[in-house]
Amino acid sequence: MLLVELEAAIDPVINERAILLASRIRARQARGVRDVAPGYCTVGVHFDPLQTDLAALEHAIEVEFSAIEALDAVADRPVTEIPVSYGGAGGPDLAGVAQFAGCSEDDVIARHSAPTYRVYMLGFVPGFCYMGRVDTSIAAPRHRVPRERVPAGSVGIAGGQTGVYPVDSPGGWQLIGRTETVMFDADRARPSLLAPGDLVRFVAVPRQ
Amino acid sequence: MSGALHVVKPGLLTTVQDLGRFGAQESGVPVAGPMDAFSHRLANQLVGNDAGAATLEITLIGPELVVEANTTIAVSGAHFEITCDDRAVPMGASFAIEAGQRLRFGRILQGARAYLAVAGGVQTPPVLGSRATHLVSRMGGVDGRALASGDRVPIQNVSPPRPHRKSAGLTLPSNGRALLRVMPGPQDDWFEPDALKTIAGVSFRISPRSNRMGYRLQGPPLPRVRDGELISEPVGLGAIQVPAAGEPILLMADRQTAGGYPKIGHVITADLPLAGQLAPGDFIEFVLCTRQEAVAALIARERQLLRLADLRGAS
Repeated sequence: MLLVELEAAIDPVINERAILLASRIRARQARGVRDVAPGYCTVGVHFDPLQTDLAALEHAIEVEFSAIEALDAVADRPVTEIPVSYGGAGGPDLAGVAQFAGCSEDDVIARHSAPTYRVYMLGFVPGFCYMGRVDTSIAAPRHRVPRERVPAGSVGIAGGQTGVYPVDSPGGWQLIGRTETVMFDADRARPSLLAPGDLVRFVAVPRQ
Repeated sequence: MSGALHVVKPGLLTTVQDLGRFGAQESGVPVAGPMDAFSHRLANQLVGNDAGAATLEITLIGPELVVEANTTIAVSGAHFEITCDDRAVPMGASFAIEAGQRLRFGRILQGARAYLAVAGGVQTPPVLGSRATHLVSRMGGVDGRALASGDRVPIQNVSPPRPHRKSAGLTLPSNGRALLRVMPGPQDDWFEPDALKTIAGVSFRISPRSNRMGYRLQGPPLPRVRDGELISEPVGLGAIQVPAAGEPILLMADRQTAGGYPKIGHVITADLPLAGQLAPGDFIEFVLCTRQEAVAALIARERQLLRLADLRGAS
């Protein structure tokens, strides 16, 4: 894998450059390139070393890099709303986060559902989105010992990041609610609900 | 006509694998695929399949299978004692098998993972273009899990049997030790300058807490010169990531698509199959190498497969 590094920061514009760079490298369909994936401020170019002219690939990446360097705005994208039932059995850490923030549970819900979040990157398991930035007052750190099983649909906070667990999996994030939204389904035309750069708002719905 | 591999005993961890699920890492979909891609490809070549056909990856304790089809089979990789209806069958060679015959994996003599290829390939349904099993996301293979007793893994009925071929196969680790070549980066500057010498001078033991996602390595500490957190970034097969306090982790086939630990180096592609033949309790020694050496090593490894392909062309 070749790693292309942009300025090391969690920033919408730098992330936008990484996403655009990834799509431009992908569009070249260079022989041997198997997968191109953006991170927060990096791009991973996965290639088959036996099929790839590495010097040519590196040159192509440099050309594309100079094409996106000056980009200084993020594209306008629609906002995906994700309904969340906060607290209760689906959000066992809501009280803990309220304690961390020194506010009420309702305040945590209001502060979590107020911003429009950006999907910076997907990883961990299929469809898991790293979204930011969470209001600093409720940015509680991960549990020191992760849970062995976090149910699919759990909405969590880990410092400045928030996200939804797409499948039952181990996890250390602070769980504040649950959604019915299916984040990933391999049988759908577009398996992942969200892609890097997408915008998300969480909408509080009454607990079932 | 279709057939099946009827699983009588599944073995310790037997999964369907092909060359991996590429093209969706942007959505967080892990690649999976064989731990030893060389032996997977060789097994496929021995039965006349394309390299991308799905095989069974067999780990440490092998399965017992009743083959419900007339077909040709080959096993490559870790050295197992294998019988077909109580008659010994060789590793690294193709052989014809008739419907109803029982294939039994016995003792493992060397290595950790064998690949069983059947003519036409294992026919479980592809997910996002691949049959590879990813255990954590429960994707691919048989319902995204390891084989279980009673499973019928679909294969093709191929008759007459394909011609007999054999090959020496991968040189397996001896005495549970492997020397793996490493290229530094991308975050080798996060560590003390001696850290690279450290990893190149000692043996690391593969912890029991290792699996298809990665090998945790027990050895000397690798002190950092830089504090702080790395912003999560895409990771590749063979990366050696180093958590702040813990054991270095060699990322293997089921690795996540991204990670937030600095990576001191990468095992070169040519040596990854050898890494795939290691098990918990085995030892790894690293030696530094250049990109030129890595390319030369890969070409040398590939020649072995090409030679076999040439023989096929001549037959």
